[in-house]
Amino acid sequence: MKKLLEVKDLSISFDTYGAEVQAVRNISFHLDEKETLAIVGESGSGKSVTAQSLMRLVPMPPGKFVGGSIIFDGEDITQKSEKQMESIRGKDISMIFQDPMTSLNPTMTVGKQIAEGLIKHQNLSKKAAHDRGVELLKLVGIPNPEARIKQYPHQYSGGMRQRAMIAIALACNPKILIADEPTTALDVTIQAQILDLMRELQDKTGTAIILITHDLGVVANAASRVAVMYGGKIVETGTVDEIFYNPKHPYTWGLLGSMPKLDAEGEELQAIPGSPPDLADPPKGCPFVTRCPYAMKVCEQHMPDYKELSSTQKTACWLLDERAPDVEPPESAIVGGTEVHG
Amino acid sequence: MARYLLKRIGFILISLFFIISITFILMKAAPGGPFASERKLPPAIEQQMNEAYGLNDPIYKQYADYLINAVKFDFGPSFKYTGQEVTDIISRSLPYSLILGLEAIFLALSIGVLLGVIAALNHNKFGDYIAMVIAVLGISVPSFIMATILQYIFAIKLQALPVARFESFAHTILPAVALATTPLAFIARLMRSSMLEVLHADYIKTAKSKGLNDRVVTYRHALRNAIMPVVSYLGPLVVGILTGSFIIEKIFGIPGLGNEFVVSVTNRDYTVIMGTTVFFSVLLLVSILVVDLIYGFIDPRIKLSGKGSK
Ligand SMILES: Nc1ncnc2c1ncn2[C@@H]1O[C@H](COP(=O)(O)OP(=O)(O)O)[C@@H](O)[C@H]1O
Ligand SMILES: [Mg+2]
Repeated sequence: MKKLLEVKDLSISFDTYGAEVQAVRNISFHLDEKETLAIVGESGSGKSVTAQSLMRLVPMPPGKFVGGSIIFDGEDITQKSEKQMESIRGKDISMIFQDPMTSLNPTMTVGKQIAEGLIKHQNLSKKAAHDRGVELLKLVGIPNPEARIKQYPHQYSGGMRQRAMIAIALACNPKILIADEPTTALDVTIQAQILDLMRELQDKTGTAIILITHDLGVVANAASRVAVMYGGKIVETGTVDEIFYNPKHPYTWGLLGSMPKLDAEGEELQAIPGSPPDLADPPKGCPFVTRCPYAMKVCEQHMPDYKELSSTQKTACWLLDERAPDVEPPESAIVGGTEVHG
Repeated sequence: MARYLLKRIGFILISLFFIISITFILMKAAPGGPFASERKLPPAIEQQMNEAYGLNDPIYKQYADYLINAVKFDFGPSFKYTGQEVTDIISRSLPYSLILGLEAIFLALSIGVLLGVIAALNHNKFGDYIAMVIAVLGISVPSFIMATILQYIFAIKLQALPVARFESFAHTILPAVALATTPLAFIARLMRSSMLEVLHADYIKTAKSKGLNDRVVTYRHALRNAIMPVVSYLGPLVVGILTGSFIIEKIFGIPGLGNEFVVSVTNRDYTVIMGTTVFFSVLLLVSILVVDLIYGFIDPRIKLSGKGSK
């Protein structure tokens, strides 16, 4: 597999009143061609900032690059000029956002919003862009696209708007599609439809997807690999199977425990107790130390190194050190075979 | 659309009816009359004049006459200026006020929007502070003080512009600026906050994520959405310019409609009061309708239909 994107030691902070919010701290991950990488974590863990930094959409100021690199196509995105970024955005890397109700311009027809990128990146005429827009709307499953393309976003339902957003994002056949919680704001039934659509389009176009979500349940069917993020750091990465069946980080256990289970009816959902760390003053050691039931002295003082458990799984946890006691994942984090591939 | 228009015009007529009635009641309630002045008229003559102008008729008959005249837009002769019809007075003075008002509206809108946009694009930077200092000054200084300051600086000290009267374009500059200052400042603040809000909207991020450059994002995506609050302020803007013109025309000695209105009130010139009031009301009500039509045109979410709450 060829690496399409490689993020190395990326750190991004926000200068806020009197404090530096360290939203993303030294994260590294990569994205292969045609794969779907899920970035999972509770809200506030730095997922959106990570996603937006890949397209250099983090507002700067107050945001700033503290360090690291984002290598795309052999070149470092962090070093590019704004002008160069304009020819990457929408053409090579596209993004869809969480709330389809607010991510389309209310005073512009859907057709025009699709056409913009085509006119900019593919030099299409207005007419050609319009025709391509109709095709795209059909592709994302919007019925009666010739009429729909002339409508304004408020005439679309929530699910249809997200479909339109996908049409906009895929208009120029990007190599990477970043979907930042694309289904969080939608009804459960529509969520599944949108995820199915994304997978179907990925099969057709070969676009690699970064799927951001706080819901591990979404990940099982949609992604091939997972990066678990917490407190601005990636604490564990692995294939979907590794994360679901052989998770090693207590935070991943917590996420798995808080996932609804099909084979355990009536059982209480276990939300992870406590709250995420203050990123303006993050813990010196592991960010999860304040909520981790297995926390040791060393966790407070030192961030653990990544331990490679396989060629694909890496986990940063002191429990994996040979001096640490043996700890088994709790019952709630053990995933039955049924729902993952269900 | 046609239904909507009809409905709105119906509302305008009802509003006019109330305005005319209330004006009539207020005129009658105020002490004195058109022929009461320092130099006392002989009672017989005053009696005769009242008779001639129908002021001795029973109140309901006077009211009915007023209503009928108003519908015909014929208010009869002025009580004070013999031989002058009210409609003549209006058509003579209107052009001055119209030019002045339009100039002021244009100034307030164009410069107000521009200042607001500049401020928002330079949020918390030098340009923002300058624009907002101008705005705060503009809002806090009343127009009549602004007028005298302008006259003092530009007409008296610098001798750059005429101090008063209305003979050329140069004469219109100072009164138009004085008239425009407060609404201009208000529009600048409105535009700034609305633009700041819009620039943080998700769809702006979407627009950027398509690779559009900042200029296109600002003009094509942000501006049209940010201008909405300013469009809804157009109604109050017209009202402000109108009422502002009463005092500004007086200060600059402009024989406009606002000036006529003020004079007619002090003179108890019933027919002129009535005529100008009806005229101002029609102007206002129609401009509010026009604003709503513009709003519906700019914002596709607003449906102009006869049904529904709006
Ligand atoms: N524009 C900003 N200014 C200041 N802080 C920000 C800004 N955007 C994000 N942050 C901070 O960065 C952290 C991570 O945010 P985010 O990436 O949105 O989390 P997630 O998407 O995982 O919910 C949060 O603590 C948030 O407060
Ligand atoms: Mg987020």
